[in-house]
Amino acid sequence: MDLYEYQAKDLFAAHGVPVLPGDVATNPADAKAIAAKFGQAVVVKAQVKTGGRGKAGGVKLASTPEETEEKATAILGLDIKGHIVHRVLVTPASDIAEEYYFSFLLDRANRTFLAMASVEGGMDIEEVAATKPEALAKIHIDAIQGVDAAKAKEIADAANFPAEVKDQVIDTIVKLWETFVAEDATLVEVNPLVRDPQDKIVALDGKVTLDENASFRHPAHAELVDKAAENPLEAKAKEKGLNYVKLDGEVGIIGNGAGLVMSTLDVVAYAGEQYGVKPANFLDIGGGASAEVMANGLDVILGDEAVRSVFVNVFGGITACDAVANGIVKALEILGDEATKPLVVRLDGNNVEEGRRILAEANHPLVTVVDTMDNAAAKAAELAAAGV
Amino acid sequence: MAIFLNENSKVIVQGMTGAEGTKHTKRMLASGTNIVGGVNPRKAGEKVDFDGNVLPVFGSVKEAMEATGANVTVIFVPPAFAKAAVIEAIDAEIELAVVITEGIPVHDTAYFWAHAVATGNKTRIIGPNCPGIISPGKSNAGIIPANIAGSGKIGLVSKSGTLTYQMMYELRDFGFSTAIGIGGDPIIGTTHIDALEAFQADDETVAIVMIGEIGGDAEERAAAYIKENVTKPVVGYVAGFTAPEGKTMGHAGAIVSGSAGTAQAKKEALEAAGVKVGNTPSETAALMREIMQAL
Repeated sequence: MDLYEYQAKDLFAAHGVPVLPGDVATNPADAKAIAAKFGQAVVVKAQVKTGGRGKAGGVKLASTPEETEEKATAILGLDIKGHIVHRVLVTPASDIAEEYYFSFLLDRANRTFLAMASVEGGMDIEEVAATKPEALAKIHIDAIQGVDAAKAKEIADAANFPAEVKDQVIDTIVKLWETFVAEDATLVEVNPLVRDPQDKIVALDGKVTLDENASFRHPAHAELVDKAAENPLEAKAKEKGLNYVKLDGEVGIIGNGAGLVMSTLDVVAYAGEQYGVKPANFLDIGGGASAEVMANGLDVILGDEAVRSVFVNVFGGITACDAVANGIVKALEILGDEATKPLVVRLDGNNVEEGRRILAEANHPLVTVVDTMDNAAAKAAELAAAGV
Repeated sequence: MAIFLNENSKVIVQGMTGAEGTKHTKRMLASGTNIVGGVNPRKAGEKVDFDGNVLPVFGSVKEAMEATGANVTVIFVPPAFAKAAVIEAIDAEIELAVVITEGIPVHDTAYFWAHAVATGNKTRIIGPNCPGIISPGKSNAGIIPANIAGSGKIGLVSKSGTLTYQMMYELRDFGFSTAIGIGGDPIIGTTHIDALEAFQADDETVAIVMIGEIGGDAEERAAAYIKENVTKPVVGYVAGFTAPEGKTMGHAGAIVSGSAGTAQAKKEALEAAGVKVGNTPSETAALMREIMQAL
């Protein structure tokens, strides 16, 4: 789960990382009131979970409360790379002497964590990494040893942080590591980490990604979920324990196993090219594929108005195909009149003949059984095109 | 010979008395796996009857190994306790630990991996969040259905469980030396490269299918490894060509971030290494079929 900047900074503050004060406003009047409270020039910052806010006009300086209100009016409602701005962070404007970069992240290749630091922060760090790799220090972190003051010094030395602020930087690195571990983050990034004219170090921005697998030991993280910004179908699926991702297409997809479903999306996308249709979603119903799970899955998918046909692609491994076929038949019974779109079903694996026999016998008017994944994808695409 | 798991493997199950553990212990026994016991500190000394197979429960992995000579453990314990279970297996120096558990926090996986490295990598870890490993006709450690395909000469390594099953099904007339699901988490123990190295060295394996998916750069690294080290024919498949950026597709590790981790980049890297890559599972199976028929 990606956090908003203000949420990231709240976590930073809780772990002692220096940040500026700030408050969040959802309307211009509140933004004005926050600026009046600070009684100085402020920065109004769009809160969106994507980069490039500055270039998109989502970060603006305001010298008075009135101007803050104007800027907030301009920023709220902006569309930044498909993310609509519903909140702005109003924070005191600060003078900047230098901008640095710092992050802790997963290093998949080395199966551990990585610290990345540069005294050339503020800009796109991928750009720095590509054009001036020597300016970006990368230090592996042992997951057991972690980052103490000595390790933090090694990182700060490698990145050539200036002597005047090095102790503060070391202290900040240790606290960012504490944030990274204590919150079960997979990314903690500060860009820019700022040195002000008085040589004080401040995390001016913050990006944090939390590991949802660890939510069982972080009940407080549930409050960080922005329910209003969630896709309603994704929220509904989550409530039912389904792994669903809404996509921009017409062919609903249900399958078992993340890899098979990803593969199904590809096969449908290829088959749909000639018809101009695409997969409408990712939905993995897992190994079980019981009637209830199947019904829940179909219910979510049919709730997507863009869907014109549904492709049910199940490999009967742990659950045999006859059980899956019974699941589909019962799911259609449960849904009754709510099931309105054609279903293309492809079953393979254990007991496939019996599974196909059950579907043939049920002879449901919406269901077409097709023998292979490729042919089924073609059929589902064709039906989606016909249903538009 | 098969890789990592064979007819001499003696298997214990950590979490054998839980719902998943019970279900899959039965299935593994039914497929002929030599399961010699389970581990649950709260039920040590008890015995569990699996349709006539009475298995002892031990208090620790170490005790189970001492009593039975077990050299493989399959771990089904819930995410909150998985880190401790894997560390226990590592400390007992068991040869192979297959971690089936899905949903382990990545900090926990990073920690037990660091522990394995710090103690000299005496235990091979497969997973987490994986279907396990099967050497058909010899042994089955995990949840891969044993009746999809029999033994043969193809080696299969895959990040995904159901794509493993699908590919085994497509190529069931040839059969497999070993099929291994390495898991879809961002940090895993055994990698594509580890499996490729073992298949290359395995006399029984004549050709290899490698299945990857979006996220990370494991496939690119495997491609570089194949180019330098693998002389047996390799056929590849990568899932997720149409996955959008920034969305996690089911597996915690399956995410395209910016230009990194795309299926297209992986496919290109594999093809540059001489691997034939199919656009769909069936096309991939057809490529392997051609190779097997020509051998």
